[in-house]
Amino acid sequence: MSNKLNHSMSLANPNANGISTKQKVALALGFLGLFILGLALFNTNFPNQGVFLTLSLVLIAGGVILFANDAYLTKLEGIKNDKVWFNSISSRGVLGWLTGVGLTAFYIVLYFKAELLGLSGNGEANTGLISLFDPLSNLLSGRPASQWFVYGTLYTVAIIAFGYKFILKYRHNRYQQIRTVSVMFFQLGFAFLIPEFMARLNTSPDYNLPYYDLKSVWPLNYYLFDNWSIDGLLSSQNLGIGLLIFGVASIFIITPILTYKFGKRWYCSWVCGCGGLAETAGDSFRQLSSKKLSAWKLERWLIHTVLVFSVVMTIAMIYTYLGSDPNKYWLTRNTFLISISVFLTVVFSLVMIFKRKELGKDAKYGAIGYFVVIASLIAMHYSGTSSEIFLIKSSSLRSAYGLYIGSIFSGVIGTGFYPILGSRAWCRFGCPMAAILGFQQRLFSKFRITTNGGQCISCGNCSTYCEMGIDVRAYAQKGENIVRSSCVGCGICSAVCPRGVLKLENDSLNGRINPTEVLLGNDVDLMNYVNKK
Amino acid sequence: MEHIVIIGNGISGVTAARHIRKLSDHKITIISGETEYFFSRTALMYIYMGHMKFEHTQPYENWFWKKNKIALKKGFVTKVDHQENQLVFTDGETLAYDKLVIAVGSKPNKFGWPGQDLDGVMGMYHKQDLENLEKHAPDNKACKRAVIVGGGLIGIELAEMLNSRNIPVTFLVREKSFWNAVLPPGESGMINRHILNHHIDLRLGVNLKEIIADDHGKVKSVVVQETGEVIDCNVVGLTPGVSPNVDFLKDSGIELGRGVKVNRYLETNIPNIYAIGDCAEQHEAIGNRRPIEAVWYTGRMMGETVAQTICGNRIAYKPGHWFNSAKFLDIEYQTYGWVFGRPKEYEEQFHWIHKDDTKCITVSYHKETKEFLGINTFGIRMRHEVFDAWLTQKRDVDYVMQHLAEANFDPEFYAVHEPEILLAYKKSQPQNA
Repeated sequence: MSNKLNHSMSLANPNANGISTKQKVALALGFLGLFILGLALFNTNFPNQGVFLTLSLVLIAGGVILFANDAYLTKLEGIKNDKVWFNSISSRGVLGWLTGVGLTAFYIVLYFKAELLGLSGNGEANTGLISLFDPLSNLLSGRPASQWFVYGTLYTVAIIAFGYKFILKYRHNRYQQIRTVSVMFFQLGFAFLIPEFMARLNTSPDYNLPYYDLKSVWPLNYYLFDNWSIDGLLSSQNLGIGLLIFGVASIFIITPILTYKFGKRWYCSWVCGCGGLAETAGDSFRQLSSKKLSAWKLERWLIHTVLVFSVVMTIAMIYTYLGSDPNKYWLTRNTFLISISVFLTVVFSLVMIFKRKELGKDAKYGAIGYFVVIASLIAMHYSGTSSEIFLIKSSSLRSAYGLYIGSIFSGVIGTGFYPILGSRAWCRFGCPMAAILGFQQRLFSKFRITTNGGQCISCGNCSTYCEMGIDVRAYAQKGENIVRSSCVGCGICSAVCPRGVLKLENDSLNGRINPTEVLLGNDVDLMNYVNKK
Repeated sequence: MEHIVIIGNGISGVTAARHIRKLSDHKITIISGETEYFFSRTALMYIYMGHMKFEHTQPYENWFWKKNKIALKKGFVTKVDHQENQLVFTDGETLAYDKLVIAVGSKPNKFGWPGQDLDGVMGMYHKQDLENLEKHAPDNKACKRAVIVGGGLIGIELAEMLNSRNIPVTFLVREKSFWNAVLPPGESGMINRHILNHHIDLRLGVNLKEIIADDHGKVKSVVVQETGEVIDCNVVGLTPGVSPNVDFLKDSGIELGRGVKVNRYLETNIPNIYAIGDCAEQHEAIGNRRPIEAVWYTGRMMGETVAQTICGNRIAYKPGHWFNSAKFLDIEYQTYGWVFGRPKEYEEQFHWIHKDDTKCITVSYHKETKEFLGINTFGIRMRHEVFDAWLTQKRDVDYVMQHLAEANFDPEFYAVHEPEILLAYKKSQPQNA
């Protein structure tokens, strides 16, 4: 096809259509804010760190806000996707690639070389970028900053500033606005402030709370069952035990109920921090996700492999944590393994009995996953010693998971590659939490995206702007509802549809999945023929 | 195994091919001179606006056709030789068929204006039109102003496209109010105001007199018939509707009117030749429909129907209740059943408009029987399924107004308008206490 429309690789003028003067000023302010962080990184000693940190964050947020005001408030309400595929940043142009490289480099340093950011190892004062954040950290938790505090602060600023931009972009759409306020609230309160206040509690000898983001549920929060985490919670009075109970209840009670009622969107695009960043700062990249069938196939293998890995790893961690002596813990290793097996068998059997039809060909893959986990449990039983399972250290299994999945997949690739793979690469290909919620959403949920009869014109806006790479149009043009395990319910397909074809809703389970070509407006007799197999 | 050849890879032809494939093992070939693969014509505008790339407008990945054994052939057919059952292409090549489906769609109307074939004058229908627009109107430096002639759905889409690149647009509309042959006055008036809000220079009740060239044979300006005003511009968009693209069939022996004449079974006068979509013309119109329906949905339905017939289950084209949709800049429009721009003698209309001037509905019902006949809705999405059922059940208008909320299809948390609409409706009715 003709490439005439693709201006984005031009170095001289990456944005073919230019930006306004106000937007240029806004960009300058934002980059000035980043520049202050850059100076700190190279060990500039600011006289009054608190002032410069505030200045930097205000400039960054203010730049985004001014930019958004000029970009959206000067126009009438409506869909604002003009030039998305012409702008370098949002179409894998030069700016997009550079941003991707910059973000990836930042994540690598953050996870593996935090000393480059100025982290001191042994009780000495921080230097560089991290020291710039000391005043804020001291204010909140009474501790000096760590690389995670720096990251958390920037992450929160990004969600709030770009959340504001997103709200303006969709100021005609209350679903989008409310959802965005929700992710901003959960990031600021649950992920950022509450853990800092919990850390403040730890100054008392009675408390030894681990970092705990209440909204982060296992297996996304894969470290919940680490020895240090459980030890910390168990030694933190009733609050610690309450948190542990809440964590377990989140997995087995709260999550399934909410997912049944609302679909996995209640979590993935309303609460989750990864989702929050993807929906706000990542919004400019949502159209970059691959819609190919091959990508979908890869997704299903990858995400479920990660899920099985995380389940086995977690069981192994708990297994080695537990003793064999019933007098010490009521839960012994064998009781634990048996209860897990029974639980999984019950879930597996119920699904096979009641939901066999919905599963279709996927039943085979479900069975593979189930048997892998059960086989690992048996192997654990026979090969487990106090610290080893499958003849390797359970802690090595845990480190491997933390390194490859927790750091490289979710951080370096998941976020660093936003401008290349789109904003939800981690959520789509890797997140084990999304896999569990997706399983529930596909089989036990009232949520679906309803297709409005025969109104689809196959234009492709819905598929293009689906951050999860779902080919929404493939369903809509057949008059079929969209019930996909990966759908995070962001609602953008519905928003960008020019013909009012898609609606996210919670309704009865009957007729939710309608895999027939029910194209309304057609001759009724003809439809009978068309649907006859 | 028969060889089914389909001329045209638009929604009609492709739907026919897909359904023939589902029903049979026939050899299928789709011919197109426009593009190699099927794309959604309605989405062309989004490419120019930067919402999508061309590949995004293709509903099926490129491997789809081979996998489903649907052969694609690129080329223009110049002649249909029905005696020999073969097609002749521009390069002289021939292709034999057992059954032929003509699904060639439309071409933009031109009414013989002086200068209508100049460089920089274009319609907006084919992919080539889009490439032409990209050439002549890449930005507001190369194109200081564009003039659009013809106030229909394509005209307003073209205006939106040019607006997205900050190219000033003058929009010449023959009617006294935008699309008022179709839309009732309240709606048409609201769209007029919305167009002006987008800083599009809308001129109502004026015609194009001529297009003037510069020294290089390129558009320089247009002259307005009524006022004689000369408007300088670099691009002229001609969008006064479309007509069937059937010139190549003139001496083929296939019966033509404005389009290819077909009976209810979509059969032409030649036994093994069918016509579907924009280019098909019914001998007699079906209900309130026009004999030629240049609409996405009807093309798709005809494709499904003809596939049945070709595969041995001969059935008539019997479309259900009329529906359609469009988008006017930021305002979505849907229609179910029949609401006429100039009400029929039996028709009564109730109109409600929101105070923000971007949402309104018009409900049409029978004066005497009170039977609900149709609804136009702007800025409020409504459910196809519900209206389809109400039309089938011949509900009366009171019932529809009372239950309007059931038909709402707006996203969650949107403001609710039904109580206000119901109140206005009740006020509009004569009180029979």
